[in-house]
Amino acid sequence: MGLPEGQTLQLDTMTVELFLDLHSQPCRAVYLFAKKANIPFEYKKVDLASGEQYGEEFGQISMVRKVPVLRDGDFILTESIAILMYLAEKFSTPDHWYPAESQKRARVNEYLSWQHKAIRESGSKIFWFRAMVPLLTGAPVDQERMDSAVEDLTSSLTIFEEKFLQKTSFIIGQDISLADLVAIVELMQPVGTGLDVFEGRPLLGEWRDRVKKELGESLFDEAHHVIMHAHTLPQELEDKGMLEFLKPRLKKLFN
Amino acid sequence: MALELYLDLFSQPARSVYIFAKINNIKFDFKKITLFAGEQYGDEYGKINMMRKVPAMRDGEFYLAESIAIMMYLSEKFQTPDHWYPTDIQKRARVNEYLSWQHTAVRMHGTRVFWLRLMIPKMLGEEVPKDKMAAALEDLDGSLQLIEEKFLQDRPFIAGNDISLADLVAIVEIMQPVGSGLDVFEKRPKLSGWRNRVRAAIGPELFDEAHQIILSAQEMVKSMDGSTLQPFKPKILRLFL
Repeated sequence: MGLPEGQTLQLDTMTVELFLDLHSQPCRAVYLFAKKANIPFEYKKVDLASGEQYGEEFGQISMVRKVPVLRDGDFILTESIAILMYLAEKFSTPDHWYPAESQKRARVNEYLSWQHKAIRESGSKIFWFRAMVPLLTGAPVDQERMDSAVEDLTSSLTIFEEKFLQKTSFIIGQDISLADLVAIVELMQPVGTGLDVFEGRPLLGEWRDRVKKELGESLFDEAHHVIMHAHTLPQELEDKGMLEFLKPRLKKLFN
Repeated sequence: MALELYLDLFSQPARSVYIFAKINNIKFDFKKITLFAGEQYGDEYGKINMMRKVPAMRDGEFYLAESIAIMMYLSEKFQTPDHWYPTDIQKRARVNEYLSWQHTAVRMHGTRVFWLRLMIPKMLGEEVPKDKMAAALEDLDGSLQLIEEKFLQDRPFIAGNDISLADLVAIVEIMQPVGSGLDVFEKRPKLSGWRNRVRAAIGPELFDEAHQIILSAQEMVKSMDGSTLQPFKPKILRLFL
């Protein structure tokens, strides 16, 4: 059988493409899950600091212009939580990641839903206020707004410890799940700016250590390398001439 | 012991859970929590949901918060028709994608518009700066645009030919700013068409019943006692302004 010239037969229907920038928390969750669960994927780097997400090529992938994005053949999917669930199902990952048992699964879903407007929101704000606002405006963010964001994060952390963790090793019990993965990457965002959210919270610190151990220290550190060097971001943006372009867009996000 | 659902139909996520349970004939005890009377802050409710929000569910000794988690749990437990949360992996992903996106998009923007247009001026007696109102409306508009261009496109419903949890969660959020007197469907024929389909699929009676409270919000604030909200004023202003 001959194929028309120039065409290849696609034998590998199992490898997916993941469009990622590890500065982004949800990208880290997807990356960590794919690596840990040995999911075959092609890493497609999207350089947020160069504004690649605003380019025409990426716009063809996703009109929302955010990362992460999954492409599986013709199927394109945004939203890390949807991507994580899709990967868990498609690659039949070990049950503990997203348990089939309905009450355990409900606990994962409950966390994944709650976190958008809780830890994710205040953790992201703190990251932007500390790492980006001074660069964009030439001055530190106003103290009241910073205090407010820290207060919100603190309340979220209290709820996290008292409701979601309680006395169990991981969010839903004895095993790590997608909930812990999504939680840890969000908590690491403010840490990247030098705010140690684990300080004074031994329960949280112990959970973080367990999660790191489960994922593997070197994988965890690798995934968090760029965010832990977030202090180089401002210079990077300046070097890439992206400041003026990004200013109005970023202002809008965090006003 | 019957399933208990703790609800206040002023709340968008409470409405989606209510509609989902009713349309699927799921028997439950409607436990009313009157948000504007501050009932969610009482000791009793703190034992049900320490986050002090609605909706919440109690199934025997199992307590669950977060409307999306509740509906996914109910769909599994009561084996509701597949279209609500399809087993087909790509259709399900479309539903999950919408449910994830909407938290910090249409839900956030619609809620803000509701508070800026109605609750803050009428219940708290605080004037809302024009630029804040304009920004909130612009954000909501952007979300509605994305719903039409990405989530609906040329499909009758978000996941395809049938209504799913995505449409249910979408409609209750979009109805919130409508309750403040903003007709979001005006000049949006695609969204209106979808709204009509969703209302028909849910059943007009159930849809209207669930939305009766929010649609009479403008009337209600005239006679509602704003004093219960006053202690929360600084927090509310910080959140929405």
